[in-house]
Amino acid sequence: MSTLVSYAEVEVGQPLPTRSFPITRADLVRYAGASGDFNPIHWNQRFARGVGLPDVIAHGMFTMAVAARAVTDWVGDPGAVVEYGVRFTKPVVVPDDDPGALVEVEAVVADKLGDNLVRVDFTARSAGEKVLGMARAVVRLS
Amino acid sequence: MPLDQSFVGRSYPPTAPYLVGREKIREFATAIGDPNPAYLDVEAARALGHPDLIAPPTFAIVLSLPAAHQVVFDPALGLDYSRVVHGEQQFSYRRPIRAGDELTVTVTVEKIRSVAGNDILTTRGVISSTDDEQVATAYSTLVARAPEADQT
Repeated sequence: MSTLVSYAEVEVGQPLPTRSFPITRADLVRYAGASGDFNPIHWNQRFARGVGLPDVIAHGMFTMAVAARAVTDWVGDPGAVVEYGVRFTKPVVVPDDDPGALVEVEAVVADKLGDNLVRVDFTARSAGEKVLGMARAVVRLS
Repeated sequence: MPLDQSFVGRSYPPTAPYLVGREKIREFATAIGDPNPAYLDVEAARALGHPDLIAPPTFAIVLSLPAAHQVVFDPALGLDYSRVVHGEQQFSYRRPIRAGDELTVTVTVEKIRSVAGNDILTTRGVISSTDDEQVATAYSTLVARAPEADQT
């Protein structure tokens, strides 16, 4: 396994490239099919509002999946990820329009753990709200 | 009524084997909009040292969430699924999941809490190959929100 960045060259506090990911209703339908999670709060506005949500919301796991790219695109080999965890703090509300929602992901090298392992901490925001908390990944670098 | 604490530590039978296919990995990667060649191109995955396509890190949820549903829908536990939201998710990986893997998940109730009328359930799902190699572990925390009338 070889990663695009090496353990020796990374520094604690180093920011990773900031990323932004649009999420549309069509993305949620496609993700529902691929993941098997057909909860109607992710595609049916009438149902979502009926259970007290402002509108259709993204699957938390979809947000978690796109946020991972801040790290996997940085290292190149997604097989370098040894841990990944998030807390879902606020839903990503996805309106029924062409731009949809935007999730903005910032990540930073938070710690070098030895044994070529690096901890990366994330923040993910959408419409000004923090949508992922305690988001962190541990990756093994070359 | 708070959930029964005696469920903590309870394990459920391993799920039926799930055969990870290349096209399923490609479908999932496409659905999350991720063009990483390790998910799509066998030669690119091999060039990185993997024996076949690897799955995106969060693909593990495709196996672990249905497995956790054994707990969520256990009538003896009595969780109100209509009020459940996903609170937290963590994965640890011994290695990436890859095409050709045949995997089962064994779920254990890790933790049960009650906070301000919300029932909070954490499950641990150990994902192993059918030849007993442990591949990954998934921790899912699900929150059953208190009915509005009960909130103080």
